[in-house]
Amino acid sequence: MSSREKILAAVGQNKIKEEMPIPDIAPFEQIAYDDPIAQYETVLGNIGGKAHRVKSYEDIKAILAEKYDGRTQRVISLLPDLVDITSTGSVYEVNPEAHQLADVELAVIGAHFGVAENGSVWVTEELLGHRAVPFICQHLAAVISADQIIDTMHRAYIRIADGKYGFGTFIAGPSKTADIEQSLVLGAHGPRSMTVFIME
Amino acid sequence: MNTGTKDHAELAGIFNKDEDRVNWHDETLWWIRAKRDKIVHQLPEWEALRETASKIKFNVLGNMDTYLMEFEAAAKANGVTVHWAADAKEHNEIVHKLIAEQGVTQMVKSKSMLTEECHLNEYLATHGIEVIDSDLGERIVQLAGEPPSHIVLPCIHKKKEEIGDLFHMHLGTPSNMADPQFLTETARGSLRETFLTRKVALTGVNFAVAETGEFVVCTNEGNADMGAHLAKVHIACMGIEKLIPKREHLGVFLRLLTRSATGQPQTTYSSHFAKPRAGQEMHIVLVDNGRSVQLGREDFRNSLKCIRCGACMNTCPVYRRSGGHSYHTAVAGPIGSILAPNLDMKKYADLPFASTLCGSCSNVCPVKIDIHDQLYKWRQVLVKEGYAPTGKKIAMQVMAKTLASPTMYHAAGKMGRLTIKYAPFAVSNKLNPWYKERDMPSAPKESFGEWYAKNRK
Repeated sequence: MSSREKILAAVGQNKIKEEMPIPDIAPFEQIAYDDPIAQYETVLGNIGGKAHRVKSYEDIKAILAEKYDGRTQRVISLLPDLVDITSTGSVYEVNPEAHQLADVELAVIGAHFGVAENGSVWVTEELLGHRAVPFICQHLAAVISADQIIDTMHRAYIRIADGKYGFGTFIAGPSKTADIEQSLVLGAHGPRSMTVFIME
Repeated sequence: MNTGTKDHAELAGIFNKDEDRVNWHDETLWWIRAKRDKIVHQLPEWEALRETASKIKFNVLGNMDTYLMEFEAAAKANGVTVHWAADAKEHNEIVHKLIAEQGVTQMVKSKSMLTEECHLNEYLATHGIEVIDSDLGERIVQLAGEPPSHIVLPCIHKKKEEIGDLFHMHLGTPSNMADPQFLTETARGSLRETFLTRKVALTGVNFAVAETGEFVVCTNEGNADMGAHLAKVHIACMGIEKLIPKREHLGVFLRLLTRSATGQPQTTYSSHFAKPRAGQEMHIVLVDNGRSVQLGREDFRNSLKCIRCGACMNTCPVYRRSGGHSYHTAVAGPIGSILAPNLDMKKYADLPFASTLCGSCSNVCPVKIDIHDQLYKWRQVLVKEGYAPTGKKIAMQVMAKTLASPTMYHAAGKMGRLTIKYAPFAVSNKLNPWYKERDMPSAPKESFGEWYAKNRK
């Protein structure tokens, strides 16, 4: 008997015989904030990220130009509207060999939506070029639309629902650790900062 | 004690020698417990969420075979290779084979308590494979040659000066450098090199979705993602109890997990792995290792609902003052003390006794496991099966005789009161285990029996 059959047989024999239907989670889907955008900004700030409300891509360029220079640092963008600030002047071209991303100083990505309760953005690999992009860069910026900030994770999964993706992730703030005496350090392995532009 | 080589009380005794460290450990964990309370109280629906999560897991425990097959079929359709391991040995062999197939001798790994349970690192080391743990806390204990002492905070028992010394020795930092920011930066640089050069990456699994065949890995550091996205082969190892029915249920569990663990609204990264990326291999190892047996133990099967948040450890007055290593098992603390005797009753007979049964663990558990009740039940099973410590066995026999005879009971009580009053040194000494870490009470002048005889009307 293979281990597969052995395990399935043992599980089948020992499992709870009593019926327990899957509970209804619909009531949680009703939870909402009065001002989800304000909630989003507060939480993102609390977890070490920074939110900016902007009116246009020009605003974003101006804010990023204060800190990053595509001529001297490697800046990549997955958004065509922000190619002016990148090192190549074009949208990041996907290279299956992710190791060449090791020197990226700033990566700018779009995100499907933000979640007010935890300050995260939901991204799938189509938005990233390569799955490694939002992890390997030194700094990460994401752009979301103000009307795409949803209240809770329950509503997030309504949005994702039957969506197909190979890889998707919620990113909530910069990479961090508190493993050394519980001192919070931003920038553990991934980005040292996370900026979210909320386009109004 | 009848536990072979190790015993919680003895090991805790070693930890307790350094009182300042014990107090510091205690306070640090309580601080995290307090952070948990603060964030939990912001959600009016918290209790309903716990109840719902517990019921979802109950449903999983009743349909695990169906869900396992559903998950397997969906994962395979996604292009993932699924392996089944009946026990730790088979798990280790599968992982080793996958690494060997790549012709490499190195691997990078993000946190997985399952691989700790299976002693994967030691196994691979004997086969010439070097494993580098990439979670900072795990890397630190790995450099120290120790196992993690906490499932979420692996090096919570270590002071920054000790970590500084380890880094000085292994990573070339200046001596006496203990600044967390500097040390983290050093580890970042060293591990980045590792991520960029490993062909095989292993991660744990926080949740696996039967409906879609995807699995979710949660980290704050991003180390699981750095490993998996840069490697040619991604191996994910999971206990079979990690399944949940549908993707939408992740909403319930992700909301509970990190709030309970560290008081955060969510981990920085909650990554959903469904398909290998182009040119990558993805493997899932489904591991039983005693879980199907625990499923059949009616009194203890609820322990399989555990989502490994560590809240029960952070709140446990015994864990906080005895340190994770005193539990001599991969998962320490209250939940670990339920899981370990399932694997080996003899070896872990001491653990269910390492509790005050105060119930704090059950109160904070996000999936409402009746942890302290199960610890109490394990004690009864272990005594019945003959695994009670000899000292305790004799004491219980003496106690039973005394309580059965009113004369002996009254005489013993009187003797006790007189001893504490006139010869306190007879009880307040090292030979009396009750004197350890606590003062003996002062004795009342008379017993209730004596008072009642005098005052009854």
